[in-house]
Amino acid sequence: MSDKHMEKYIAKSSAIASRLLGGEMMIMSAADSTFFTLNPVATVIWQAADGRTPLSEIVAARVCAEFDVDPETAQRDVELFVDQLSRHGILQVSDSPFPDSVSPTEAA
Amino acid sequence: MQEMGQRALDLGVPMSVHFDITYRCNERCVHCYLDHDDHGEMTTAEIKRVLDELADAGTFFLTFSGGEVLMRRDFFELLEYARRLMFNVRIKTNAVMIGPDEARRMLELGVDQVQVSIYSQRPEVHDAITKLPGSLRRSIEAIRFLTRQGLRVTIANVLMTANMRDHGGVQALADELGVQYTLDPTITPKMDGDTSILDLRIPGAELKSVFRNESLVGNVEAFCAPPPLPDEDVMDGYPCSAGHTLAYISPYGDVFPCVQFPLPSGNVRRQKFLDIWNHSPELNEVRSIRAGDLPVCSTCSHVGTCTRCPGLAYMEGNMRGPSTADCEKSFERTGIRSANMLRRELPLPSAPLIQIRPLSA
Repeated sequence: MSDKHMEKYIAKSSAIASRLLGGEMMIMSAADSTFFTLNPVATVIWQAADGRTPLSEIVAARVCAEFDVDPETAQRDVELFVDQLSRHGILQVSDSPFPDSVSPTEAA
Repeated sequence: MQEMGQRALDLGVPMSVHFDITYRCNERCVHCYLDHDDHGEMTTAEIKRVLDELADAGTFFLTFSGGEVLMRRDFFELLEYARRLMFNVRIKTNAVMIGPDEARRMLELGVDQVQVSIYSQRPEVHDAITKLPGSLRRSIEAIRFLTRQGLRVTIANVLMTANMRDHGGVQALADELGVQYTLDPTITPKMDGDTSILDLRIPGAELKSVFRNESLVGNVEAFCAPPPLPDEDVMDGYPCSAGHTLAYISPYGDVFPCVQFPLPSGNVRRQKFLDIWNHSPELNEVRSIRAGDLPVCSTCSHVGTCTRCPGLAYMEGNMRGPSTADCEKSFERTGIRSANMLRRELPLPSAPLIQIRPLSA
């Protein structure tokens, strides 16, 4: 199986509210009003979740480039994070790019 | 959440905005403080621009209210726009115009919560307050449409003389409908300063019974306990979030610290919201006030626990002064007169001749 087949794409759910506050992202699920705050690394991943950029590219171009972390650790932690948020219905995960209309626009 | 509120306060971020997008309404509630004529509401494009500015300013909680929000034909366009900007949107409505399609659309757009005004479980009382025949039936029907979609609904029950004995019935109705219930005994003067509707406020004895109703306040003994002695933290504290992390915007673009605090602080038709928020002398004055600066209230034993509303105080003539309605609430809750009551020697409608105050207070 090639890397391309293992690729993941992430998009923000449309049923959430979010806003950047002092460098950390606040997220609230409309489904159950669960409230989350993301630390700066998680915030970078969240902001990059446009449904079109492969997760591996987000890890390489954003996480490894902006934070002092090796690629393997970054990839593992990012996948764990993505898994947690998708279980709360906050992130959508797919093995192919999402249609353009999926990810909402966002200020800040 | 409390931590984020503190962070917003520290950063000076307007985390919550109450946005009345219209004052027009299909009901004519006897206690309403608004003028329902349209004196030049903001257009769709103007409101969208303001929403952009609020998102840039860091606003997270956005309440769309009115008037009746659904009187605007562009309501769902505005709602969709707000949700694309990722606001947490709450809607205050009488729900009379909400049918299955509107309820479904609200769910699709990810509305967090819908608050519906219900005054009584009895149509003859509710409809007499709203002056719209059939309004209770239609509002209840709408609540069912909303809950069937899985939306969170809260019934807001404003208490006044006409419905002061019906809160138990409305609470039971909320239980039956499977929705939250909130009670508010506050009647505010009209926006133009007319205080005639204050006659509708419930008398002290009724307020006292509300405060001793376990299903409303939880632990009655704790809720009605004498206030603890205020410490330095209390004196350095802010009266409320108005102007600190909360702002109000009228359909005409006027910015106030809160819907209940009509201190004109700027207009988003002439200035950017963030410029008003950061530089308005009025908002900065509101922010400068600490509990210790309040000439009467800082001497009051209730200063740390009172629900004093600076907006109601402002409408009484002085934003640093007492809010008489809250003095009465503190008294009816604890049986202990406020400094303002003692100063003004206000009549005590139901005060016992002998009051016993524990030494620990």
